[in-house]
Amino acid sequence: MNYNWDWSVFFKSTGIGSEIYLDWFIAGLGWTIALSLSAWVIALLLGTVLGVMRTLPGRFAARAATVYVELFRNVPLLVQLFIWYFIVPDWLPEKIELWFKQDLHPATSAFISVTVCLGLFTAARVCEQVRTGIQALPRGQSMAAYALGLRLPQVYRKVLLPQAFRIIIPPLTSEFLNVFKNSSVASLIGLMELLAQTKQTAEFTANLFEAFTLATVIYFVLNMGLMLVMRTVEKRVRVPGLIALGGK
Amino acid sequence: MISIQNVSKWYGDFQVLSDCSTEVQKGEVVVVCGPSGSGKSTLIKCVNGLEPFQAGTIVVNGTSVGAPKTDLPKLRSRVGMVFQHFELFPHLSITDNLTLAQRKVLGRKEDEARTKGLALLDRVGLSAHAAKFPGQLSGGQQQRVAIARALAMDPIAMLFDEPTSALDPEMINEVLDVMVELAREGMTMMVVTHEMGFARKVANRVIFMDRGAIVEDAAKDEFFGSPRSERAQAFLSKILSH
Repeated sequence: MNYNWDWSVFFKSTGIGSEIYLDWFIAGLGWTIALSLSAWVIALLLGTVLGVMRTLPGRFAARAATVYVELFRNVPLLVQLFIWYFIVPDWLPEKIELWFKQDLHPATSAFISVTVCLGLFTAARVCEQVRTGIQALPRGQSMAAYALGLRLPQVYRKVLLPQAFRIIIPPLTSEFLNVFKNSSVASLIGLMELLAQTKQTAEFTANLFEAFTLATVIYFVLNMGLMLVMRTVEKRVRVPGLIALGGK
Repeated sequence: MISIQNVSKWYGDFQVLSDCSTEVQKGEVVVVCGPSGSGKSTLIKCVNGLEPFQAGTIVVNGTSVGAPKTDLPKLRSRVGMVFQHFELFPHLSITDNLTLAQRKVLGRKEDEARTKGLALLDRVGLSAHAAKFPGQLSGGQQQRVAIARALAMDPIAMLFDEPTSALDPEMINEVLDVMVELAREGMTMMVVTHEMGFARKVANRVIFMDRGAIVEDAAKDEFFGSPRSERAQAFLSKILSH
């Protein structure tokens, strides 16, 4: 292949003010991070609630959570995004619909749609991991907690969840990274996150290879960094003998 | 203190307890023995409502365990339980294991709970280990902490579910010593165990179970001297012959 790489393209002016193309990538990275972290907060909170529901003695809660998981796990993420962005706003009361479509900045309404979509989608996956973590604990743990007089919410908060989360840190980490990677679907509804900025740079400059190489490097470094952070978290919350006991 | 009347329990079609009745008086030590699968652990877990039962009544200190209106957590907080596999909370330090329920269930202040917990830890001879995690202790030590954890709730009775079955032989005695001491202080105890030496030393009565039923319920001397049922005779000769 005969291609003249030109890395200086990122420092060239975009023609808009004093902006250079690198600024687009930085802005895009900002959106990607904001989007992913917001979606992760939703996923972690909702996924934990759903995961707990799936382990509760009552049948209704467990079934409801199962239906949720199957629904959100078996429909492609992109289809879900289009539903949240194009269809759901039409179902809202008229005032909210107009506010969402007209008053909000287009970037804001796209941001809300993607955050909700990605958060709810990932929650289904977090739910399954939380459930697995809880079910991996010996049954005697909850028995001992109840035997001391703790009530159900206390049993989960103080005894089951702290152990379950420690067990599932590795799969949760990969889910966390997936959120960052999946956030690139936002580019399809016009949110100028990292991938959208990459495509735009490629179109403006015709330096397609450089633009996508930079995007690849940024995603890679970002995810590697997150993985290292999660490893540190895992080490810091490690408790002597916990995993061994979990397998008993 | 504990009154069990005509209790039956089924898992689907399989009957695990059939028409069990017995009483444990205040200050009494009752040992429950029998072959595995005879329902002894299930019975003792019915006493504090950890296992539901479908027929009969269990009354603990005037409170009916099976009644729908009973505040089970409140009842359980007054009945200590010790498990075969210790079931200390592995993510909490020994001190936190001892204070968690005191604070969350009894509403004791941190200081008060800690003082109480550490005093009991000292009593079971483990005060040097307060800052450690359960995974750093031996099985015998963990079980002694588990006993201290139950005692920290000032229980009116203690239930032991095969407390020494998961222990190496050399650790069994350190746990039994604590239990003997407890019995001698007048604690009301219901103990599922195969340790007949313990039964001989401190039990008031021995209950023998087989296939979900109470086959023999006799004073200690009577049980060891002349058990009435053939099944109990066979069990005793097997367990005491070596």
